[in-house]
Order: sequence, then structure tokens, then C-alpha cells
Amino acid sequence: MTNMGLVLPRPQASALKIWQRNLLVWRKLIGPSMAFSFGEPVIYLLGLGFGLGQFIGEVNGIPYFTFLAAGLLAASAMNVASFEGMFSVFTRMTHQQTYDAILATPLTVDDIVAGEMLWCATKSLLNTLPILAVAFLLGAIHDWSALAAIPVFFLVGLCFAGPALVMAACAASYDFFNYYTTLLITPMFIFSGVFYPVATLPAIAQVLVNILPLSHAIALIRPLVAGQTLTDPVLHVAVLLAYAGVGYVAASIFIRRRLIR
Amino acid sequence: MSLAPDSADAVVLARGLTKKYGERTVVCGIDLTIPRGGCFGLLGPNGAGKTTTLRMILGQAPMSGGTLSVLGLPMPAAIRQIHARTGVVPQSDNQDPDFTVVENLRMYARYFGLRPAEVAGRIDELLGFLELADRRDARMRELSGGMKRRLSIARALINDPEFIMLDEPTTGLDPQVRHLIWTRLRKLKASGKTLLLTTHYMDEAERLCDQLVVIDRGRIVTQGSPRGLIDEHVEPHVIEVQGETARVVPVLGSIPGSRLLTVGETHYCYARELGPVLARLESAPQLRYTHRTANLEDVFLKLTGHELRE
Repeated sequence: MTNMGLVLPRPQASALKIWQRNLLVWRKLIGPSMAFSFGEPVIYLLGLGFGLGQFIGEVNGIPYFTFLAAGLLAASAMNVASFEGMFSVFTRMTHQQTYDAILATPLTVDDIVAGEMLWCATKSLLNTLPILAVAFLLGAIHDWSALAAIPVFFLVGLCFAGPALVMAACAASYDFFNYYTTLLITPMFIFSGVFYPVATLPAIAQVLVNILPLSHAIALIRPLVAGQTLTDPVLHVAVLLAYAGVGYVAASIFIRRRLIR
Repeated sequence: MSLAPDSADAVVLARGLTKKYGERTVVCGIDLTIPRGGCFGLLGPNGAGKTTTLRMILGQAPMSGGTLSVLGLPMPAAIRQIHARTGVVPQSDNQDPDFTVVENLRMYARYFGLRPAEVAGRIDELLGFLELADRRDARMRELSGGMKRRLSIARALINDPEFIMLDEPTTGLDPQVRHLIWTRLRKLKASGKTLLLTTHYMDEAERLCDQLVVIDRGRIVTQGSPRGLIDEHVEPHVIEVQGETARVVPVLGSIPGSRLLTVGETHYCYARELGPVLARLESAPQLRYTHRTANLEDVFLKLTGHELRE
């Protein structure tokens, strides 16, 4: 009974108890949480979208205000899931020792990882919906097809939750997360099409950007939000699903190694 | 895995249990048979391997070697079924800081598949049992260390387990709370539950445990009941003297029927009969001494050469 290396995860429906626990705690702390994750994108939207929109006019046939709103929705889903999967999971795992308590019950590491990933994706959803509503109210969005983006927000959350959990499993302290945010999250935020089309980048840069998931998320969300037709939806969904799937398996392996030793 | 005759109804059956971290062997092939009912103790100093042994029994540390079954089921294969019938009181409290006392108990019950409506009565009973009834809606930051520990015990009982593991349950608590917890644990024992306790306090082991195993540096040093171990290994009278070796040994050394053990500046004179020792001490009125009966710390000291508490 020594090699705990490459065992595929086997969660059960009881994984939802972890999700439920996180939801109940979130409801208690809803104020600061929403202010943090909701306030920033809205400020970007108003500050940049409205201001720059007057200079920029249309981008690829979409008003800049709408163009930016779509980008910020995708980025918000990314940021919220990443932050939750790194910082909050790390806090639960180390300072609070919450997972130790849970592992004394019939729940297992596989349940914890599955429950946490579902929760990160749920949090992405809970934070992007108000931004979507505000964007509607401000007139940045006026197509009902935007509602079809809602499941995409959840998928984007899943996609970024896995890697974030891997980071949490490997971190010795919160400082470790700076590597991930500085080397991956921020570059994606700037280069993946949130503020301007990826096509404006040099060809090599475009290839690199499209290996990462955010540009694919935006390629799905922007047309839906702006009322345009989707191009290559299957490809983009497949990329997000692949990141989610591989991320989940990797997270299970790393978190199990950290908790069961 | 062959079963010895006395292990038919064992709550824990471990053979050759081993744990290595890299090159370091922390638990060296120990055998444990924990019978149903009563309180079984793992007594040893910090770093002896008690918590690691407990974590293996709990399935939270993979075994490097050996076989293990809990409640007749193989570990770790049947871990979910085992946990459904087990309760754990951890060494450091790990309740949810964002939930109140009651909310913590309700959420923990959910992990066992018990809905709040089903356990509402049990929660009230447990809060009463651990004297936390007036704290049901308190937040974790409002609770003292003793209250948090009592909450951990209440939480460990939420699924009405047959087998409860407690890792140093009264470390760091004041005497009043320790006594309360001890009386509650005795009641649990009386109601038929099996307790497994790790501790480095010999008074706790003597008070609570029916059987215990003394662990040092990953190995079992001896096993038996507290009284049995003391009678077997140590003379009944202990005279403890503090002072320089040069002054003490001439007085207490080489008294027939006794032996002198020196640990640092403390000298222990173990004697079958008190008379000869007291006679010798009368001749040296400058030495201050205490007389007590032998306890488990003396057993540990004799068998390992160092003290139970560092």
C-alpha cells in the first residue's frame, strides 16, 4: 500500500456537501466578497469602456463598450475561480485545517477536489451575473443571446479552477501564488483579447495566446454578448473542457499528495 | 491475514504497521489489537509516533508497510464505511471559523449524510453533555480553548460512532476542563463505545485507560493495564530528591532492596520497602525529598531511560 501516485479520481455525489459548505459560508460573508469581485470589473467598464469607447467607436463591428464588457466578463470568471482555487482553498487546507476535519468523515480527497472545483465555477457564475446585469442596464449589452453566455461563465470557472487547485497544493505560503498571477493571469488579462482583438498581435504571439484558455473563452462570450454568430464554437468549448478535465485530474493527484501523507 | 483467537471482535487489528518519511522510519512495524469496549491508550513522549499511528488507523497517512483493519473492515479499502462508524477528536481544533457552534455541528452531520432535522435532538443532547448549551449560537472566536475542545468532542459524536479516536484531548487545557472531559469520556466508555486515546500525560492514561501501549521512537516498549504495568516494572515506593549527585548518592545509593536512578538533577530512589530508605534519610536532614507511589512515568523512565515529558 505504498504507491499513491497515478490513481484516477473517484468522487461521489457526496462531493456536493463540500460545495454546500462553501455556499453556506459565502452567504455569511457575501458583502465583502461581492464588493471585491464585482466592483473592479464595473469600474473598468465605466472608466475604460465608456471613456475609451468615445474615441474607439467600433471594433470588428461591435461598439467598444460592448466589446470590453464581453472581455471583462470572461476575465472576471477567470479571476474569481483562480482566486478562490488558490487563496481560499489554501486557507481552508492549511490555516483552518478544514479538509482534515472533513477527511475524518466518509468524504474523501476526491470529493473535496470535485466539490471545490464545482464551487469555484459557481463563484465565477455568482460574480459574473451581476456584471452582466449592470452591463445590460448601462446599455453595453442588449441582445438576449447574452444569456446563453451564462453556462460559459461556469465552464470558464471550471477551466481555471483545476490549475488554481494545483497551485494551492504546491504552495508553501500565499506568496507562491504571485508566480501564477504575474506569469499567467496578468498576461492573459492583457493579451488574450479583453481590451483589443488578438488578431492585432504578431503571429507568434497569437499562437502562444491561443494555447491558453482565456482567448477561447472570449471567442465564445463576445459573439453571444454582442449578438453575433459564433465561429468554431466546438473548438473553443473543447479547449475549455480539456483544461477543465486535465486540471481536475492534476488537482486530484496533487491535493491528494498534500493531504494524505 | 491470520487472526489470533482474541481478535475476533477487535476494533483495530494492526500487524507490522510501518511509516517512513523518506529515509526516516517514524513507526517501526508495530502490532496492535484494540478490543471492543473500554479505553485503549497510546502513551509516549512527543515525537514517539502516536499521532502518525492514529493517522494510519484513520487512513489519513498511507502505510509504508503492514496490514490494518478497523471495525473488521480493511483499511484503506473500506475507508468510507469505517468513517461512517468512527468519530475523531483531532489534536488541534479545526472547526469552521465562519460557522456558529450549532452550524458547525449541523454541517458536520451533513458530511455523514445526516440532515439537520434528523440530528436536531442529538445536537441538543450533545451540547448539554459537553456543557455548551448556552453557547449554541456563539462564533468560534468567542469560544475559549476548553470550549472549542468540547465542541470537537461533541462533533466527533454527531454520527453516534462505535469507535472514537482522541489525539491528546486535554493538552493545553486547564484542570477544570480536563476533569470535565475525563468524566464525559468515562461516561462514553460506560455506554459501550470504544475509545482510543493518545496522550503524553500519565495521569490521564492512568485515569481513563483500561489497556495501554507505551510507545517510544516508533516502537512499542510495553503493553498492559496501567496498574499491571506499574506492578510489573516498578517498585511501589518512590523517593524523589533534587540535588547534586555528590551529595545524594552517598545517602541513597546502595540501600538493599532499592535502586537509585538519576536523571539530570533529579534522583529517584525506588524501593520495595520504605523503612530502610527513611532511616537513611534521617541521617541526612539537609536533603529535601518527596515520597510518592510509583506511576506510569516511572515505568517509562525505567524502560526507555528518558522521561515521558520533555
